[in-house]
Amino acid sequence: MSLKPMSRSLSLPRFGLRMSATGILASLVILFWAGVAIVGPRFAPYAPGDIVDFDFYGPISDQLWLGSDYLGRDIFSRIILGARYTVGISFASVCMACFTGVAAGMSAAAIGGWFDTILSRILDALNSIPSKLFGLVMVAAIGSSIPVLIVLLAVIYTPGSYRFARALAVNCNTMDFVTVARARGEKTPYLILHEILPNIIGPVLADLGMRFVFIVLLLSGLSFLGLGVQPPDADWGSLVKENIGGLSFAAPAVIAPCIAIASLTISVNLLIDNLPIKIRDRAS
Amino acid sequence: MPGKIPLLVLSRLGVTLITLLIVSFVVFAATLLLPGDVVEILLGQAATPEAVAGLREAMHLDSPALVRYGQWLLGLLHGDFGVSYANSMPVADMIGGRLMNTLRLAAVTTLLAVPLALFLGITAAMYRGSIYDRAVTMIIVSVISVPEFLIATLAVLIFAVWLRWLPALSLANEIQSFGQLLKVFAMPVITLTCVIAAQMVRMTRAAVIDALQMPFVEMALLKGASKTRMVLRHALPNAIGPIANAIALSLSYLLGGVIIVETIFNYPGIAKLMVDAVATRDLPLIQSCAMIFCFGFLLLITLADIIAILANPRLRT
Repeated sequence: MSLKPMSRSLSLPRFGLRMSATGILASLVILFWAGVAIVGPRFAPYAPGDIVDFDFYGPISDQLWLGSDYLGRDIFSRIILGARYTVGISFASVCMACFTGVAAGMSAAAIGGWFDTILSRILDALNSIPSKLFGLVMVAAIGSSIPVLIVLLAVIYTPGSYRFARALAVNCNTMDFVTVARARGEKTPYLILHEILPNIIGPVLADLGMRFVFIVLLLSGLSFLGLGVQPPDADWGSLVKENIGGLSFAAPAVIAPCIAIASLTISVNLLIDNLPIKIRDRAS
Repeated sequence: MPGKIPLLVLSRLGVTLITLLIVSFVVFAATLLLPGDVVEILLGQAATPEAVAGLREAMHLDSPALVRYGQWLLGLLHGDFGVSYANSMPVADMIGGRLMNTLRLAAVTTLLAVPLALFLGITAAMYRGSIYDRAVTMIIVSVISVPEFLIATLAVLIFAVWLRWLPALSLANEIQSFGQLLKVFAMPVITLTCVIAAQMVRMTRAAVIDALQMPFVEMALLKGASKTRMVLRHALPNAIGPIANAIALSLSYLLGGVIIVETIFNYPGIAKLMVDAVATRDLPLIQSCAMIFCFGFLLLITLADIIAILANPRLRT
């Protein structure tokens, strides 16, 4: 068994899990942003609201690592705090969406009948409302605050998660071991938790990653339109919006948050594309 | 079984209709979530009890929600979109011209994106695994995984700031010549084309790769047909269905893109109207725009499904 030299570094041969160099690089970027979101704000050089530069859209210097924004605030510190909003809100939403979606999807597959038909019909209809439009209508009706955003994003992405989990669970439901468990007289909750869930968890986690990217994109989009995270707080989308005036002279204040978003979302996508074959094959 | 196809298409249209009904219900339900009394928001300082009662009566706000939903839906079917909260103009008048602007933008984008995407998708599939293919795939993954506003930002940075070919912001109401028209359209169209084409290239590439793995294509190769002939004469005609499906599906991504692009470039289309309406919480206007968008979106999705049914006999069960 020969390994390519590049993929040898972080392979886990005991489990037969091996990842390409791209996958490892992508997971490092994701871990980096997760770390920044959790502990980063403690190490930020300036308070995110402080005006530290008399010049606006200042250039990169050794005091202000990524220049200053439209009010003369330190962009580096604001991006670090923005990571907490972008990653935190998206992660909370994606967990809610996948938990509800997967639970409902498995129940629909295990129970079947009318329950399945009606739930699927309704959630499919919700799924066919374009996500950005759904967000706009709801923000117009309820207003925008961080708890609202988390729940809203979760609601928007639950139908997709349901559909994915249901499709997997329906396949799993026809397997012999589920039929045996049912013949043993096991109840539905047991079937869902002990027979179906362990067999679909890999693809479900890969799907969670995909949905995380979608949520980051939608959240940034809403913030960019001024309908997401509201000032004085700012996630990366808001940072781009705030400093869009600096675009005409390529200020680092507008380019840096763009790079932050792109690095996170592209990394998650690359990681999923490069997941170890064992997990990915079941995902496809 | 040629007799079954119309039936399948009809049932697919039925599903779309039911979906549209559920969607309209959700869009209507947004009004019920509005905190506070609509009438008091509308009247503002002039909200005397008599005025409030009068307006409630005039707006039928005292009838149950389901009755109001029915009235609203009937109104939509008759082309009566209601009256804007913000400036008391009929919504239909506000939407009219702007819808044309958006459709024009969408049409120009489609004309540009479809040939470009087909070319890239088909050639990438032909030279699968080559450096060219990997470069195209890498770019596509990058474009798909970043927000639309980021592509717009990048386009401004490249074409307006570094190359200085185009103005950074477009304003469509000061067009005098064809050259100006081009300049106004250029940036939004470039951005939208990137967004749409990325999806389309990916799906086209997958469809052609599928077709290339068919036994009859291998047969064409074995009998000595050239690579170009093998792809163009043997594989492509069999991939037309999936490709048409991919085009219709990708065009539905126009929608998310158009909301961002019209806002960032200040293009006077219906999406910009809607985003502005969200800021003033002008619900009748938002609901009408949302219904128009959902209708267009469902139309494209249904079209994609019907093409898939017609193209693939295995789906006709």
